[in-house]
Amino acid sequence: MFVAWRDLRFAKGRFALMGTVVVLITLLVGLLSGLTAGLARENTSAVTGLEADRLAFAAPPDGRPVSFTDSAVGERAWRTWAGRPGVTAAEPVGIRTLDAATGDGRRTAAVSAFGVRPDGGLAPGTVATGRVVLSRPAADGLGAAPGDTVRLGGSEMTVGAVAGDASYSHTPVVWTSLDDWQHLGGSERDRPDGGRATVIALSTHGADLAAGDEAAGTRTLTLDESLTAIGSYQAENGSLQLMRGFLFAISALVVGAFFTVWTIQRGADVAVLKALGASTPYLLRDALGQAVVMLAAGTGVGTALAAGIGALLGGGEGAVPFVLDASTVLVPAAVMIVLGVLGAALSIRRITAVDPLVALGSAR
Amino acid sequence: MTLTLTDVTLTYPDGGTRLTALDRVSLHVAAGTLTAVVGPSGSGKSSLLAVAATLVTPDRGRVVVAGTETTGLGGAEKAALRRERVGIVFQQPNLLPSLTAVEQVLVMAHLSAGPARAARARARELLDAVGLADKADRRPHELSGGQRQRVNIARALMNEPAVLLVDEPTSALDHERGAAVLDLLAALTRERSTATVLVTHDRAHLDRVDGTVTMRDGRLTAHAPA
Ligand SMILES: Nc1ncnc2c1ncn2[C@@H]1O[C@H](COP(=O)(O)OP(=O)(O)O)[C@@H](O)[C@H]1O
Ligand SMILES: [Mg+2]
Repeated sequence: MFVAWRDLRFAKGRFALMGTVVVLITLLVGLLSGLTAGLARENTSAVTGLEADRLAFAAPPDGRPVSFTDSAVGERAWRTWAGRPGVTAAEPVGIRTLDAATGDGRRTAAVSAFGVRPDGGLAPGTVATGRVVLSRPAADGLGAAPGDTVRLGGSEMTVGAVAGDASYSHTPVVWTSLDDWQHLGGSERDRPDGGRATVIALSTHGADLAAGDEAAGTRTLTLDESLTAIGSYQAENGSLQLMRGFLFAISALVVGAFFTVWTIQRGADVAVLKALGASTPYLLRDALGQAVVMLAAGTGVGTALAAGIGALLGGGEGAVPFVLDASTVLVPAAVMIVLGVLGAALSIRRITAVDPLVALGSAR
Repeated sequence: MTLTLTDVTLTYPDGGTRLTALDRVSLHVAAGTLTAVVGPSGSGKSSLLAVAATLVTPDRGRVVVAGTETTGLGGAEKAALRRERVGIVFQQPNLLPSLTAVEQVLVMAHLSAGPARAARARARELLDAVGLADKADRRPHELSGGQRQRVNIARALMNEPAVLLVDEPTSALDHERGAAVLDLLAALTRERSTATVLVTHDRAHLDRVDGTVTMRDGRLTAHAPA
């Protein structure tokens, strides 16, 4: 790194410019990562947080994908599942997004009502007929506290507790009893199968899932797989991940282009060093070390900025959904460095290909 | 330690045919002596240095550098031979723009096993020997042409080479500075016991050398005593 260090300092302007590009791309990737994770959490945390390992959906008609919106399961289905060997719990969950209002009707908020059995253990507090548990964001949105009355699809209910921050499809969750849930809006009762719940949350231990599905007329997915059944999640997450992927690719190419031009510019110096007897590993160490230093510095600053801005955005009231943890901060930084070094490695061939004879000035 | 070329032939591709740059050249340079190779431009002088420096492999013939037969050496072995046994003084000084004068010299220690504590002291001593003790911390753009050429010479001597190869060191200098550089090379050759080959196209200052050979069309045509 003897020459590489001095080149870094001597060509400050150029490296600072490139470093700034790395800082900005890292900042963008960092913000996007935090936001993607934040949005995903708002979309799915009620599902991923369920005390279960699988969800059974009503089997969709041939060729149609499973979806929460289209799924409706009846009592027979969860009784069948509960009786299967290897199934430790089969709890019906009703899911429906609707408007909630305070008792006086002054404040309203879109919420997702999750109907569960009072003794099913899925809600973070005790639900009973006429008694609901609000997630914290739902309580914040309605300005409601335990003991208050809220109106949910025309029925008045009492807030029994405020607990958890479950969220589904960008709306905060209100936990109700399955009974109450079945009477929200009314249309569920008209379904031929009874339509008593949306999905069945299964806790399994070596159960034969295919046979269970066959018997109950359902389609079982793991919790992670079932996220794709949330309509908004797949499209949203897909496009954000695509943007992130493009940013990674752009940064690798930009860094690669920079080091290629830089290597061409110092081709004469490389020839001199080779003529003086520099080994190829020495020259490559020098070149890649230089790239790592620049990338580490740029990525470090960019990541710190992203974390700072993320903390500002994510804190406070009405905050932007932003997840600030190792997976959204350190992973993108590491990927940036790795891809940047790969980009810089594109210039390796230009180093090995330099003919030291050039240094003698005898080559044409 | 010496430099010996025996029956060396070197050709370059030239359109469909090949151009003979060196034609059965033999040369022996003993330690502590300075041999000048004179000849017109294009006669093959730099090619001779390139072969001696292991930068090109001749088509035929043997090149023995400081007791090492170079035929059949791999790229890494040749690089090691260059940094440990050969000093090259380039026609253009070829200094690295980001390094100060003392670092230009010191870089040779970094290319080898690793910089000993004594390396910096030795680099300064060499700058002193070429008369640049007070310019040690200047970068190339802060040095004159003559000063750059002296740094070039100091760098070539850093790893105590057995063979010193010098390509037209005076071509960018005026008469007086050229004479000074040749005086310096002659003195260093004796002091440091290098087998020195000096390539030049002008016959000035040749009173300082131990022997002169003439190059013409790739052949060593005359061996004039000093
Ligand atoms: N790398 C090369 N490829 C092809 N021809 C070369 C190369 N280097 C030198 N030559 C040719 O070889 C001959 C000798 O060149 P050179 O050794 O540079 O002579 P000098 O140093 O005496 O001017 C010239 O005709 C030159 O054009
Ligand atoms: Mg020449």
